[in-house]
Amino acid sequence: MTGTGQPRTLFDKVWDAHVVTRREDGAELLFIDRHLVHEGSFHAFNKLKEKRAKVRRPDLTIGVADHYVPTRTRILSEIAPEVAGMIRQLDDNCRANGIRIFGFDDPRQGIVHVVGPEQGLTLPGLTMVCGDSHTSTHGAFGALAFGIGASEVAHVLLTQSLWQKKPKRMRITVDGDTAPGITAKDIALSIIAAIGADGAQGHAIEYAGRAIRALSMEGRLTLCNLSIESGARCGMIAPDETTFAYVTGRPFAPGGDVLDRAIAAWRELASDADAAFDRAILIDGRDIAPTVTWGISPEDALPITASVPDPAATDDASRASHIREAIDYMGLRPGQALETIQIDRVFIGSCTNSRIEDLRAAASVLAGRKARVPGLVSPGSHLVKQQAEQEGLDRIFIDAGLDWVGAGCSMCVGMNGDLVPAGERCASTTNRNFKGRQGPGARTHLMSPAMAAAAAVTGRLTDVRPLLRSDA
Amino acid sequence: MTPFGILTASACALPLASIDTDQLIPARFMKRSRADGYGQYLLHDMRFDETGQKRPDFPLNAASAADAEVLVARRNFGAGSSREAAVYALVDFGFRCVIAPSFGDIFASNAVNNGLLPAKVSEADAEEILALLQSSATTITVDLHDGLIRLGNRTFTFSIDPIWRTKLLNGWDDLDLTASLTGDIARFEQQDAGARPWIQLQDGSD
Repeated sequence: MTGTGQPRTLFDKVWDAHVVTRREDGAELLFIDRHLVHEGSFHAFNKLKEKRAKVRRPDLTIGVADHYVPTRTRILSEIAPEVAGMIRQLDDNCRANGIRIFGFDDPRQGIVHVVGPEQGLTLPGLTMVCGDSHTSTHGAFGALAFGIGASEVAHVLLTQSLWQKKPKRMRITVDGDTAPGITAKDIALSIIAAIGADGAQGHAIEYAGRAIRALSMEGRLTLCNLSIESGARCGMIAPDETTFAYVTGRPFAPGGDVLDRAIAAWRELASDADAAFDRAILIDGRDIAPTVTWGISPEDALPITASVPDPAATDDASRASHIREAIDYMGLRPGQALETIQIDRVFIGSCTNSRIEDLRAAASVLAGRKARVPGLVSPGSHLVKQQAEQEGLDRIFIDAGLDWVGAGCSMCVGMNGDLVPAGERCASTTNRNFKGRQGPGARTHLMSPAMAAAAAVTGRLTDVRPLLRSDA
Repeated sequence: MTPFGILTASACALPLASIDTDQLIPARFMKRSRADGYGQYLLHDMRFDETGQKRPDFPLNAASAADAEVLVARRNFGAGSSREAAVYALVDFGFRCVIAPSFGDIFASNAVNNGLLPAKVSEADAEEILALLQSSATTITVDLHDGLIRLGNRTFTFSIDPIWRTKLLNGWDDLDLTASLTGDIARFEQQDAGARPWIQLQDGSD
């Protein structure tokens, strides 16, 4: 055991509780409490077949169909056979190995990082992995959650454990109350712009401070989701009353005495007052404005009131080259005001921003208004969809002229065929504005759901603040 | 896995920053079986235009790149998606080493699991190596024992996590080691079940 009286961080406490053994070279074998698999995990299942091996803990492995699922039909035979094959393959792999699956026909199906928290599969203090980089999302509960590759997925399937070297710790404190209309997405994009898309590489982030404590679980999930976009191994928030209230009563979460015991243990997870971090960053929440990306990396983010950067204005040759490449791909001019950028469509969805609170925020801007551009609204799960429909949000989106569709990764990654056509510009609530991410030649501007809704209403990137109703 | 010791091979300069895994292998090619090979899809949308023709000015399309085993790029190489197919594409194309000032963590881990060396150099050294490759030299030596890169009459140092270095030098597969530790895992599971009963999934039927 480590931690002999030394003050420890939240990250260290969760890590230390999962060390099975330590190798001479310092690598540690971590026990994994939750392993989430999706259609893309087929490479790992194939490795298992090659070895004629069995899944060690099917009871701790959960399958969710999300990356390839169609959002406009519930009938698999209506979609491209090779896409349908990906969904069936996950079903087959899960059934063959006795793994519980939220498959395409399950009423609880949705994006793996939405379903996990919603079903109570995600809990504080757990180790969670998935062959998807946005697994960092689950850190919102104070879980140690990170994305892994196919070789590691195979290793976890076989051994329920993973060799890891301990990353460094970084604390990002956001103090100072954010202004009305500022969301977790704006906080996250501001952080990434400040530290860079590789700013947190090799680090586990802990988010702390007043502005973070004030976030709902939905907001915390958005923030931790985007940890990977600053290069972090994971992002975590210490569990508190907000967390416990969210977990209580979820289908797969503990109840009764076990829950009481669990909450008592979870209260101990917060970083000790004098725990040391390798890096500490302080951000003033009052300085954060609605933020959008203009380029091809999430670090290319600026307040909506700013302008496209000028490569001639920087002395850094590498940075100048990146700006030139970005504005060329995005079809922008140096110095152009961000608010003048015309868009062709909007997408509201993805593991970053598709939860009920996200849909409410977008709907509150769109209510009684019309979208000037087409758009897709894809809730994060079918349970989110159901709740939104009970609240009448679907009517608001449809009346505004947007398409209200099913749940999945959809237009964030385009694997199911929901693509942004080449050359088109999309205001998107997703996580990556990489070249071609939403389709070959597609141009992506990242922003919050409210900002995407505002862009839909005006047909250009828009500061949502004047559109927010005081009576909302 | 083939151990990595000293590699002397031709190198390809790709002077771009933040080449993410979505560039390395666009999502639409990821339904394919590894057995079919991923090399032809490496950096597909940068290498080929909309009609499928090779872009003549893209470095990987140069005749000299055909047998390149070392790729040199700018910072934040392999950021983004955890898709190991990005590494498959590089390896299947013939690459055994990528040199850059920084790498996405998941990419680097996937690389090591496939015997591909992610060699981290300073930004200044990356710029110098890129410049040398674009002007004269094409053959590079990467020595994992000493952590050195030799190019023409210049020598550069690179860093890699010592754990990964050992793994690459020996060509180790994690699974082989873990297979001998199943008893330790079982003991952990047994102790943990009492300490944290909540890790067992509840029924879930609501």
